[in-house]
Amino acid sequence: MMAPARVMSSNRRRSVTPRSSDGVYPRAAIQPPIWCCLPQPATLAVPALYAERIRTRRKPLSAGAVAAALLAPSLVFLIAFTYWPIVEVGLRSLTEQRFGETARWGFGNFARLFADPHFANAAWNSTLYAAGTIVPSLALALAFAVALRESGKLATVLRTCIVMPLLIPLVAAAALFVFIFLPGGGLLDWYLAKLGIGATNWLGDPSIALGSIIAITVWKNTGYYMLFFLAGLAGIPEDLHEAAKLDGAGAATRFLRITLPLLGPTLGFVTVIALLNVLTQIDHVIVMTQGGPSDSTNMLLYYIYQQAEQNYDPGLASAATLVSVAVLLALSVVGLRALERGMHHES
Amino acid sequence: MKHPVRMLVVCAAALIWLIPFAWMAVASLRPDVSGTEDLASLLPAGPFDFSNYREAWASGRFPLWYLNTTILCVGILIVQCVTVSLAGYAFARLRFRFRGTLFTLFLMQILLPPAVLVVPNLAMITRLGLYDTLPGVMAPYFASAFGVFLMRQTFLSLPRDFEDAAMIDGATRLQVIVHILLPLARPGLVAFAIVSVTSHWNEFLWPLMALNSPSHQVLTVGLASFTSAAESGGSWGVIAAGTALVAAPLLAAFVIFQRQFVASFVFTGLK
Repeated sequence: MMAPARVMSSNRRRSVTPRSSDGVYPRAAIQPPIWCCLPQPATLAVPALYAERIRTRRKPLSAGAVAAALLAPSLVFLIAFTYWPIVEVGLRSLTEQRFGETARWGFGNFARLFADPHFANAAWNSTLYAAGTIVPSLALALAFAVALRESGKLATVLRTCIVMPLLIPLVAAAALFVFIFLPGGGLLDWYLAKLGIGATNWLGDPSIALGSIIAITVWKNTGYYMLFFLAGLAGIPEDLHEAAKLDGAGAATRFLRITLPLLGPTLGFVTVIALLNVLTQIDHVIVMTQGGPSDSTNMLLYYIYQQAEQNYDPGLASAATLVSVAVLLALSVVGLRALERGMHHES
Repeated sequence: MKHPVRMLVVCAAALIWLIPFAWMAVASLRPDVSGTEDLASLLPAGPFDFSNYREAWASGRFPLWYLNTTILCVGILIVQCVTVSLAGYAFARLRFRFRGTLFTLFLMQILLPPAVLVVPNLAMITRLGLYDTLPGVMAPYFASAFGVFLMRQTFLSLPRDFEDAAMIDGATRLQVIVHILLPLARPGLVAFAIVSVTSHWNEFLWPLMALNSPSHQVLTVGLASFTSAAESGGSWGVIAAGTALVAAPLLAAFVIFQRQFVASFVFTGLK
């Protein structure tokens, strides 16, 4: 808090012309927070300096130039690694390159992509995976948040347990679950055998493998979503519940009529984050199943990875990337609003 | 704790949540036993020793991986702090043409994590001669739209009195940002730092694709190759030890700075 004073004293002589157009010049006095009760030399200095400022008026840099300078470092990297890549992916997806021929323009890559049953399968699996992950993890996260919102010691410890998986890499989670899902001697089968249930090939059976992958994601991400619900719940005034209780509303009614509607923005926000997570995190698929068995855990991003790294088919990989980007952006049109509302909600 | 039944159910659920960690701890400390029946047991029956950790440490290149991952996280964070504060200031305090459009363009990156753009980004770093180098892995993260958004929100929440005073007395904008705004915006920066380090410490796909030589490998990629080698030998205790070594730093930090971590994740909202 002493910083302002230091800056001022060292730069007293150089005065900057205030401009009202760029919004930098002081607005009408705003309500000072408590820590502003320190002496504020600035407000005192304004009248004294004003005359001098008029005398030394120089043409200042325009706000646009300043903004350009400040945004440039970010923009350089955004252009190089976000905007240009999208353009490049677009161009490359429209370039048909066959071995020994010159490249030509066309929609051939998209034709191949949409004709590829593996792609359709990957898109379908992504949808299944998204629904199968998001619904249970959000439901569990909400349940945990409601049950653990108290500030007691036990609740704190339990919250830590639920959040811990968030902190480990997805590949580390995968390494643990490889053993948990090991057929026969693995953790799950070993304990299930004690209950008299036979061995299951959790990762090797095409009809179960996606479910197992989903289980890992739910385990890993539920705690993350719980944190947001906890924050959202903290924003709901307690007296609403008290009033409803006095009116004779039961716990279920209160949850459905008060908690859930008021959590709306949080719910939208968390859903967007969950969707992004689901579509962009496939580390466990890479290390555990490689998309198999029989393509049952292949998903969009893994398909792209496969085309790029294993089949060396940049055209197909680019077309698939473009489709994924389009899907993500379409979801974002809906999502950004929820995102902004959610952010608003936190602050 | 008003409802004993509900609390019991929640406790049970939390215990289930801990099972993978419990197994990791028990199995990593249990010396290699003959016969696989005991491998899955969660009961901490001795004798325990650190032989699995010793073996994991010897068969992986953990010091190197720790070093590379640390360089990666710290390098990304340092550059991000600069880019993010400058741009955050511009969006929070300046009024200029195309501000709204630019801001929307920035936000787009939040929804397009580099993971989606691995293919063109790989081409890009190859073109720049950064393939198989740590700066190549870092570069796509140097600009963080999410960080810009976060810093903008933080700056907007700060009163303008001090900076206005300094500007009137002739401070440059850079001085205002460095000496006035950043100290006040520390909570926002700390939150951003925690989220940034966590996500890059744990990242896998991008370093896997952008790095090739074993001497440039990071923890997650190292763990994956290490695990697949150990799996065929069925040395689950060693895998558990290796996983613990990779997960330990962040888990320890989390347990120690729990409050700060939780606040950061909620505050920032995105990884």
